[in-house]
This record gives sequence, C-alpha cells and structure tokens, in this order.
Amino acid sequence: MIKRSKGEIIFEIFNIIFLAVVAIICLYPMLYVLLASFSKPSELMSHSGLLIKPLGFYTEAYKEVFARESIWVAYGNTFIYVIAGTIISLILTATFAYVLSRKGLYWNKALSIFALITMYFGGGMIPTFLNVIDLGLYNTRWAILLPTALSTYNMIIMRSGFAAVPTALEEAAEIDGASPFRTFVSIVLPLALPTVAVIALYYAVAQWNAWFNAAIYLMDTDLLPLQLFLRKILQDTNISEFTAGGGVASGDTLMLAEVIKYAVIIVSVVPILLLYPFIQKYFTKGVMVGAVKE
Amino acid sequence: MAKKQQTVALKQSWFTTVAKDFKRNKWVYLLALPAVIWYILFMYKPMYGIIIAFKDFKPIYGIIDSEWVGLEHFETFFGSRYFGTILKNTLLLNFYGIIFGFPIPIILALMMNELRSQKYKKFIQTTSYLPHFISLVVVCGMVVDFTSNRGFITYFVSQMTGNEYTTGILHKREFYRIIYIVSDIWQAAGWGSIIYLAALSGVDMSLYEAAKIDGAGKWKQLIHVTIPGIMPTIVIMFILKIGSIMSIGADKTILLYDETIYDTADIISSYVFREGIGGSNYSFSTAVGLFNSVINCVLVLSANALSKKFTDSGLF
Repeated sequence: MIKRSKGEIIFEIFNIIFLAVVAIICLYPMLYVLLASFSKPSELMSHSGLLIKPLGFYTEAYKEVFARESIWVAYGNTFIYVIAGTIISLILTATFAYVLSRKGLYWNKALSIFALITMYFGGGMIPTFLNVIDLGLYNTRWAILLPTALSTYNMIIMRSGFAAVPTALEEAAEIDGASPFRTFVSIVLPLALPTVAVIALYYAVAQWNAWFNAAIYLMDTDLLPLQLFLRKILQDTNISEFTAGGGVASGDTLMLAEVIKYAVIIVSVVPILLLYPFIQKYFTKGVMVGAVKE
Repeated sequence: MAKKQQTVALKQSWFTTVAKDFKRNKWVYLLALPAVIWYILFMYKPMYGIIIAFKDFKPIYGIIDSEWVGLEHFETFFGSRYFGTILKNTLLLNFYGIIFGFPIPIILALMMNELRSQKYKKFIQTTSYLPHFISLVVVCGMVVDFTSNRGFITYFVSQMTGNEYTTGILHKREFYRIIYIVSDIWQAAGWGSIIYLAALSGVDMSLYEAAKIDGAGKWKQLIHVTIPGIMPTIVIMFILKIGSIMSIGADKTILLYDETIYDTADIISSYVFREGIGGSNYSFSTAVGLFNSVINCVLVLSANALSKKFTDSGLF
C-alpha cells in the first residue's frame, strides 16, 4: 500500500462531504413534504425557507385524507392496474422474448425487426389516442392495461436473459419429449428468474407512476388511478372536494387544503419508499443487463 | 432457360425451407402470436392512422371516408408564427438539458468510484437512485410548490437576487427552463450514473498499477486511464441522447406550464396534446406530430451511423 499524499487526503475528505451534500439534495424534497404534512397550517403559511422539523404537530390533514372515500377508490384502482398490468405485460414480454431468444428459427430476425421498428417510429399521440377509441377501449380499464402492455426495451433485456440460458439444457429437454412451451415454462423461465423479476418490477413501478394515459382515456372518476387523483388535488387551488360541509371556505379550511396536498403526496409515495430499499438492487441489475446488449 | 430453372429451384427451396421451419417450430411461433397481435393492434395500426395527417379527419366518417387534403395541414403549421416558437423551445430545452444534464451523471460516477468505504458508497448510490422512482406527478407537484410564492426555492432565489416574486418563479420566462432542467437532473442523475459505474468497474486495474509505477498521481490517472477507459460508454450515451432530442414527451411540460408561459414553455409534443386531445383538431395535430416523428427518426438514424463510425457498435 502506497502512502497517500496530502492532496489525496484533502480530495477524499472533499469527496465524502460533496457526496453527502448530493445525498441530502436527493432526500430533502421528500423530507420537506413529510415535515410540512405534519405542520400547523397557519404556521406553515407564514413560514418561509427550509423546514428542519414540523411546525407544531398536526394530523388533521391525514385524518381528512383518510376520511375521503375517493382516495381509497383511487388506491384500489392503482392496485388493480399494477397487478393486472404486470401480469399481462409479463406474459406478452416473456413469450415473445423467448421466441426471439431461440436459435434456428427462420423468422427470428424478421420478428426482431418487426419489434425494433416500433422503438424508432410510431403513430404518435393522436393516432394512438384515436386507435384506443376505435378499439372500444375508451373509458375502460383496458385503456390503461393494454396500450402500454409491452415495452420493446424491456423485451430486449428479457431476451438477453433468456439467451444466457445454455442451449444444451433446452435441447436435452426437447429430446426428452418436452414441447417448446414446456421447455419455456420449466427450464428457461426458472433459470432466467432474476431477469424476469427485474422486468416485473420495471413494469409494476411504471404502472404505479403512470398518469398520462389515465388522463386522456378515462372519464369516470371511479376508474382513476392514484396518480391522477393526486394530480387533481395538486392542481386545484381551492380543493373543493376537501372543504367538506359546503358553504364559504373559511381561512382555516383553505389553509388546511395546502397541508392536505403534502399529506396526499406522502400517502401516495409511501408504498414505493417502503419497498424501495429491498428492490433497489434488482433495478440496477436490469440496467446492467440492458447495457450489455449495447 | 437455365437461369429460369434456377430461380424456380430457388423459389421452391425457399418455400420448402419456410414450410419445414414452420412445421418444426409451429408451437414456438404460436407462443409469439399474442405479442405479434399486440404489436399490430397497438403499434402498427396507429402508424396506419397517420394518414389522417393528409386528410380532413371527421370521426363520424372514419379514417377511410374522410376527405383528402394533401399537405394543407403541414402548410398551415409551417406558415404559422407559432411553428418557430415551439421548434425553438423544443430545441433549446434539449440543448440546455444535454449541456447541463449530460456531464453530471459522469462526474457523480467518478466521485462515487473514488470512495473507499463500500458501505458509504452503497448509501450514496441508494439515495441518489431514489428520485428516479418518484412519480412525475409528485416531482412536478413538489416543483410547483417549492417555486410558488411561498416556496423555499423562491425564497432562496429572492434572497440571492434581492427581488420579490409575489407570483412565484416557475412561470417566469427567465426561470422556467432552469427549473425544468434542474428538476430533470435531480430525478435522473443518480440513476444515470449506474451505467458509468458499471463502465468504471470494467477498467483494467493493472493499468492503474502501471500508471502509479510511472509516477502518475490521482489526476494523471484520471486523465490517462479512467477517462479513456469509460470513453466508449460516454460516446454511446451521448449519441443516444442526441438521438432522443425530438422524442421529448409532453407529460412534464403539461404538468409544469400554464397559459401565461406558453411562449417559453410550449414544445411540439405539448402543442400536439393541446391541439389534438384538447381541441379535437385531430388531423392538424397528427401532421404536427408526424413532422416531429420524422425529424426524430432522422436524428436516431444519424446518431446510429455516428455511433457505428466511432465505437463500432450501433443500436441496430
């Protein structure tokens, strides 16, 4: 071990501090929202600058949020979209990726190109929108589940995962009389399970965070996912939905509405934040697999 | 005569190859069927729908029976004053995004790579990836709040500039793009560093040993070993970025802007959204979108050609 020079030590200390600042910048906005959501509305309104602790301790906003039926409906819808969407996406992605990963198929290359073209050219927003209407999916749950069901990028990552399974194993299974479907389900899928898990997480998070399709395809408030519900709350300046009881909103309820915004943000990100530490390493794995193909 | 026989033979052999392949692999092809149907219904059918850019599409007539109008919608678009504005806005937003957004993940990765404590490195990685998982609705909600008249970012900016911003700073011409790009960097820089960290871990350690023996300090090692080692990754990521200039989506703009800032904030895709979904000008907005896709396609193809030239590895 060569002894480090003074300059190196100074750099190292600077580096540690700099990256600590980066970490704080990454975390602080969420922390601010959390602190603000527990703050007294009147104190929060007259405060300027950063928060390092909640201003008072105030849980009215959360009580208001949880008392609303609409947020539970939105939560339920998001769960439906995430679970059903991920299953549909996985079936479409895995079957196609498996076919593309098989060697010795005459149409293999043609099928690859057929999929890849869509990464570089598409119908665009309006033809896609009209197509969803034309297929009769407008204002149904299918409009959220189907149009984004397959991501070619994810499919390519999965294909790399399947291609890494030794061909000899597949051949052995097929010599023993297994059908291609059987080989796929009982040999290839279990051996490529880490990749499949990564892709499942990609799809699930994408669906959890999605809002744009819901905004253009859904009319019924009963169908709206959490993100769109959140957008409506954040957009409304007076949040009439929350100022219960009718009549003229007094200063207090208007201020309460401000804090409710923060509370709703927290309620909508908590599931991701709780899961995040556990799933984080799988996501990075996916980026690596995706990088290898390039 | 002989030639003709040859082509016939070739044709026959092609058919027998295809038939044989199909017979042997029909169950495999069956597995691909759901995805193929999906691609046709949700990717290729909208591509066919693009022809309404050359028609006067009326929903009651449908695509086929609507009247052809040729290039009328394109002429209207290119002739309007707004064309220059949104093209400029789209390009500027991307240009600034690349200048400021591109180097940051690289710098971040280089600095994380220098950390000796693996535990601390892990911690920094975990926290810096986190914003990537926060939904765009939440990120933009926070941006709108922090830059509102009583938001803490507005507070700092007015402390620094000495001005008062009673309406917040988000919809000020001089701040909008900065806010858009800084929030983009906040959300994507950590995640973007993963690819460079992977490249860094692939740099041959013996090169560092050799450089040290030659008396190279940290800085010299960085310039002569580290940077050249990850250069292929940097080049390919840069080319990809250039290729995606026109594919910038409408969603973030829709979440951030309002009508007071259209002159600066409106980009092609958000214009398509407003005209098409909001205003039901389906044919016109499809034409605008098509213009965007064509430029995008040209950019991607040239980026790919460049990539092949410089790194021997293209995307296709």
